[in-house]
Amino acid sequence: MTVSSAGKAKNQSTADLVIEAEGLVKHFGPTKALQGVDLAVPRGTVLGVLGPNGAGKTTAVRILSTLLTPDAGSARISGFDVVREAERVRQVIGLTGQYASVDEDLTGRQNLELFGTLLDLGRAGARRRAAELLDWFDLADAAGRQAKTYSGGMRRRLDLAASLVGSPDVIFLDEPTTGLDPAKREDMWDVVRSLVAAGSTVLLTTQYLEEADALADAITVIDHGRVIAHDTPEGLKRVVGGQTLEVRPSDATQLDLTAAILSEVSSGATADEIRKGMLAVPVTDDSALTEAVARLAAAGVAVTELSLHLPSLDEVFFTLTGRTASDDDTTTTTIKEEVAA
Amino acid sequence: MTTTLTAPRTSRPVMPAAVQPHPRPFRLARHSFALAKRSLIKTARTPEALIDVTLQPVLFLVIFVYVFGGAVAGSTHDYLQFLLPGILAQTIATGCIAIGVNLNTDIAKGIFDRFRSLPVPRSAPLLGAVLGDIVRYVIVTLSTLAIGYVMGFRITTDPLSAVAGCALAVLFALCLSWLPVFVSMKVRTPGAVQGLMFAFIMPLSFASNVFVSAGTLPGWMQGFVEVNPLTHLVGAMRGLFLGAPVGNHVWWTLAWCAGFVVVFMPLALRAYRKKV
Repeated sequence: MTVSSAGKAKNQSTADLVIEAEGLVKHFGPTKALQGVDLAVPRGTVLGVLGPNGAGKTTAVRILSTLLTPDAGSARISGFDVVREAERVRQVIGLTGQYASVDEDLTGRQNLELFGTLLDLGRAGARRRAAELLDWFDLADAAGRQAKTYSGGMRRRLDLAASLVGSPDVIFLDEPTTGLDPAKREDMWDVVRSLVAAGSTVLLTTQYLEEADALADAITVIDHGRVIAHDTPEGLKRVVGGQTLEVRPSDATQLDLTAAILSEVSSGATADEIRKGMLAVPVTDDSALTEAVARLAAAGVAVTELSLHLPSLDEVFFTLTGRTASDDDTTTTTIKEEVAA
Repeated sequence: MTTTLTAPRTSRPVMPAAVQPHPRPFRLARHSFALAKRSLIKTARTPEALIDVTLQPVLFLVIFVYVFGGAVAGSTHDYLQFLLPGILAQTIATGCIAIGVNLNTDIAKGIFDRFRSLPVPRSAPLLGAVLGDIVRYVIVTLSTLAIGYVMGFRITTDPLSAVAGCALAVLFALCLSWLPVFVSMKVRTPGAVQGLMFAFIMPLSFASNVFVSAGTLPGWMQGFVEVNPLTHLVGAMRGLFLGAPVGNHVWWTLAWCAGFVVVFMPLALRAYRKKV
């Protein structure tokens, strides 16, 4: 099932695994949400679970966080079984879902204090922890307002703060940035990085390769309830293709000149016209962008669009499965062939 | 909003000293109280949610006392003395429906996922919701008595009996509320909870001694009236407020309370575990 076994995760001994899942299966009536998913996350690392809507990401997170029991397979968090030792698991995890799991009628502070009380921090402890987190997430000014008055980004931060009240070792982030604008997304990334720096182990689900690439030590790609790839971001990018530099010259007659410059920047690769008037060339690192800008300017080429892209989820899926992420399961056989290959 | 996260400026806030978990019963009590406080805050923030239970007794008292009082009891004052305990019982029984409706709405939201991902006893969110509603029942009881007082209702016994009567009404509501909690775990929409519970409580309040003396009802109905929990609650309150013979009404009411809890609390908790 593994596209490449170069992943760091593979080299860790089982003893270091904070999150381990084997053969998770979950059906909802006729819907096969999970059909045998294995996951492994070593201590202090981030696993990115990448997949389209309906791939089974949320179901996997709900099983790992004890909200659902699997039909088959098993999972352990810090060595505790998620079914038989659910109570122990709940003491070490924090969960942030796609939608805010806070009480909208309560204020930000009341929410955090309630969770502190439920985590047995004691009255003073709960109050202190709430204050720290409100401060940390820049919610101190809004602490006395009902959560329903918060903006989307604030709500997401309150939700994340709520999952950190108990200082959990293991944090599940289910699409933490879906619906956030790019600036807020970067803020969220910083938070995730600082959590990892402080020693937490994170499992995050996402629909963006860019996000998984920015945060994760290893990426598991799932589709239709199956793991179709597990690798480091570098390994995965080797398979699905790395970054692409896209340029649209303002003057269409300069297409050939632009193509020649881009080819130089990418050390010889041919620039393709991917859409009318838009050239794309594979590049290996971020410095290609500045280099391209400098060379284009020197050659007197004005551009209307210039950007650096990682493959979209669709492109990742196309490479891995030979079909797009949005296709229906009419092509299940294709995945099996790919996976077997 | 221009808020930018300053999160990474230092390391993560330090975890306050770990608190040893207390023995389980205390944890359950503490967690339930914390969650009861949550529903109190919600009640305080949405006082309009109390309108149903405060307006209903006013309407019923005014309509029944002034429209039917003369015909039923010969004088509106006599009828008010007779009717008020009945209206209180009816109102407090209807007041229980709200907890089912609220839980049905609440449980579909993310907050219950949060509760379940925390090391909190599974029953705590339901216990908390039920306990938090005690305040509602106290408000209903006091406001019904206050309206009655304005209209001329007088308690003719002693203060202790009066308090006992009110406490019995609140206890009854507290125990009965496990039924709507159970129903709310079983049906899909808040409207269904409301509909089912009304269909249950309406016959209880009319086929009883709430509006008329039980003896005036047809014989075939008498059997039902005699086991009806509201009949006993009303009988007990008439005794405690007005000095009428109490008979076994208090004991029957307490037996019904125990019955509601013994039957519907485990059912509700089991349905809750299954549902979520």
